Amino acid sequence: MNENPITNVLVVGVGGQGVILASNILCEVALRAGFDTKKSEVHGMSQRGGSVTSHVRFGEKVFSPLIPSGQADSLLAFEAAEALRYCHEVKDGGYLIVSTQKIIPPIASGRRGLKYPENPIEECKKVCAGHVIPIDAEKIALELGNPRLTNTILLGALSKNLKIDETVWRDTIAQMVPKKTIEVNLVAFERGRNSEIK
Amino acid sequence: MIEMNEKKVLLFGNEAIAQGAREAGVYFAAAYPGTPSTEILEVFATFPGIYAKWSPNEKVALEVGIGASLSGTRTLVCMKHVGVNVAMDPLMTFTYTGVNGGFVLVSADDPELHSSQNEQDNRILGKFAKIPTFDPSDSQDCLDFTKLGYDVSEKFNTPVLLRETTRIAHAKSLVKIGEWKEPVRGQFFKRDTSRFVMMPIFAKSRHTFVEARTLELQKFSNEWEGNQLELKDPEIGIITSGVAYQYIRELLPNASFLKVGLVWPFPDEKAKKLAAYCKRILVVEELEPFLEDEAKLIGIKCEGKKYFPREGELNLDKVALGLYEAGIKEIKPTIKRGTEVLPRPPVLCPGCPHRGVFMALSKLNADVFGDIGCYTLSALQPLESLHTCLCMGASIGNAVGVAITSTEPKHPPVAVLGDSTFLHSGVTGLMDMVYTQANMTLVILDNEITAMTGGQDHPSSGRDLMGNPAPKINLEKLVRSMGIEKVEIVDTYDFDEAFKQIKSAIEFPGPSVVIAHRPCALFPKKAKIKPYYVKEEPCTGCGLCLKIGCPALSASGKKTAKGLDIPVIDATVCTGCTLCVQVCKFDAIDPITIEEEVTV
Ligand SMILES: Cc1ncc(C[n+]2csc(CCOP(=O)(O)OP(=O)(O)O)c2C)c(N)n1
Repeated sequence: MNENPITNVLVVGVGGQGVILASNILCEVALRAGFDTKKSEVHGMSQRGGSVTSHVRFGEKVFSPLIPSGQADSLLAFEAAEALRYCHEVKDGGYLIVSTQKIIPPIASGRRGLKYPENPIEECKKVCAGHVIPIDAEKIALELGNPRLTNTILLGALSKNLKIDETVWRDTIAQMVPKKTIEVNLVAFERGRNSEIK
Repeated sequence: MIEMNEKKVLLFGNEAIAQGAREAGVYFAAAYPGTPSTEILEVFATFPGIYAKWSPNEKVALEVGIGASLSGTRTLVCMKHVGVNVAMDPLMTFTYTGVNGGFVLVSADDPELHSSQNEQDNRILGKFAKIPTFDPSDSQDCLDFTKLGYDVSEKFNTPVLLRETTRIAHAKSLVKIGEWKEPVRGQFFKRDTSRFVMMPIFAKSRHTFVEARTLELQKFSNEWEGNQLELKDPEIGIITSGVAYQYIRELLPNASFLKVGLVWPFPDEKAKKLAAYCKRILVVEELEPFLEDEAKLIGIKCEGKKYFPREGELNLDKVALGLYEAGIKEIKPTIKRGTEVLPRPPVLCPGCPHRGVFMALSKLNADVFGDIGCYTLSALQPLESLHTCLCMGASIGNAVGVAITSTEPKHPPVAVLGDSTFLHSGVTGLMDMVYTQANMTLVILDNEITAMTGGQDHPSSGRDLMGNPAPKINLEKLVRSMGIEKVEIVDTYDFDEAFKQIKSAIEFPGPSVVIAHRPCALFPKKAKIKPYYVKEEPCTGCGLCLKIGCPALSASGKKTAKGLDIPVIDATVCTGCTLCVQVCKFDAIDPITIEEEVTV
């Protein structure tokens, strides 16, 4: 049916946002669903507020640990300007799931003309070949009483377009988050999964 | 699909190397941290029944490792690619002495310079040292090659090099793990003067040994099934190693392949078989034309760097483009260009103790000879107050050279380096600074940790890698003992005082040292959040606070009456270091009290 049986998910954000944790959970889900799985990321500078990307690929057999240009089935973006930076990587008919959160880097504060994009999500809609799905994950997380839940909410939204059984997701999340937060994480996952597609 | 009955787990290359070492019965491991190698020791140190340590630098790590091997212990030593340069001196003669306990040296190369100062290809150093050199293509290779490395090391009496790259070290793939072996620990050092005293009379015959060993290793390389020869399509044969294998294999699944796991000695017979079978041979490898040169040396007609770049990492797109240019793929791959978005470079953290030093040096307009560590980020906007960076420890020597040769210095020379870097290779530079009585200042940024690589301990941090307390080298006593008379200890959170002391050190005629002491805001424990906020009322929008380059501060979007930006502090990351408060001339930044916190 599909000449390329590999699913490519690119996860992007800013150091400290939980990009790596999210891609770890995704890998584990793919693995449990029975796929050969690879992921690649560059750490090092990630803790210093730099831009962070993680490539996750799964399928029958995966060779390259990196996603080819413009071939992401899904792009999961934790930050709006980072979504804009990478949204051209989404393939035709793919998905950009983007948190509406904005993190303005110090470099935009100087007087040297570097500007944070005015409306990054609108711009994504112009550039991105796939569907753009913005989510106010921060707001949902606050409603649920814990800002750290943005991660799981975004994964919930991502899960909808990856043909992996929901129970695999739920089981994996339950195993990978701290025990005390399992319930609320599963609620967060559900909220993300059912978040409206605009 | 994965066979669920096999025990397969997803591991980073670095985790797989640690696991491979443990499965081979390695007892002892030493390293100096460096991206992308650091996690190998961090993982190995969590295993029971072993000994793992950080050394002050790579040369010492290797020397300690050689000692462990001489006692008969199976030993692992790890470093980043440039670390091998530091360790090259012992390595070049260790190859002569050979090992007692099996010995694997890991070099983690960094094509694309994700976090390095150059992108050298250390397969060349393996060949130079005449030691068998493995180049894994995924995490399974990492485990298998490491494990096998110990048998090769002992069988052929040689140190072994495992050369990985960032995309191997920091990529996860499925690995079948095996049983741990009882760690192999030697009993004692057995004297053998003709092998271990490398003076000319003995070293000469060891060189003869090395040449004979090379011939044996050459045979092994041709026999070993890890140098995989797969004869399929007779039109095109690929010689490849490392991560490049994954890209070309995905793009040309039906080609004939020689996947080289042991790149030196090069499996020449296998390469000749491939060449005899295929009409055309392409060599696909990252960085230098290592395999290509080896193949050409034995007379194989092949092409490589003609189509595939020598700089940076490869990826599917670059390899596909090379295949198009070589006339193998008909369609030119299109690489989509993204939207220009403002860059998001890494920055000094909120509460970073280095910030105050660079604010002061910028104000004093010093020529700053820098070094490698988090503080190198001060070369960029907005601090822009660090003017050289070459390799670890170079700052002091560079400043000495400038100080003693400049006829009309424009600015005072100041060398700046971190505590870990100082202990790594700054101490000898300091000796030269004293010896020549260079008129300059050395600032040691003492944050009690190796921060840049993720917070590793060092000989002055007070802890060891296995979580035990350790003696702390006293930097002040060390510096004074060398004969520096002008030594100032400053707290960089007190900007005025720090500025005054740094200025007085710079004005001092002759060599002076400032130790800027304040623990790192991130390691070993994250600094507590004690946030401040900007009061819109007295704030004039002068922008001074934004110039200190703290990521907690940004333009709020609100303007003053005069249309200037009013900054805002991100209360979730502000550590309350108060540097912005100290530079504010209008008293416009206050701590958030509990009540205010509710409304913010
Ligand atoms: C020879 C060599 N080994 C290791 C590294 C990796 N590395 C870069 S900076 C650094 C240490 C930085 O620690 P420190 O000097 O204490 O400064 P900090 O990052 O804590 O500010 C290391 C290990 C390197 N670049 N070169």
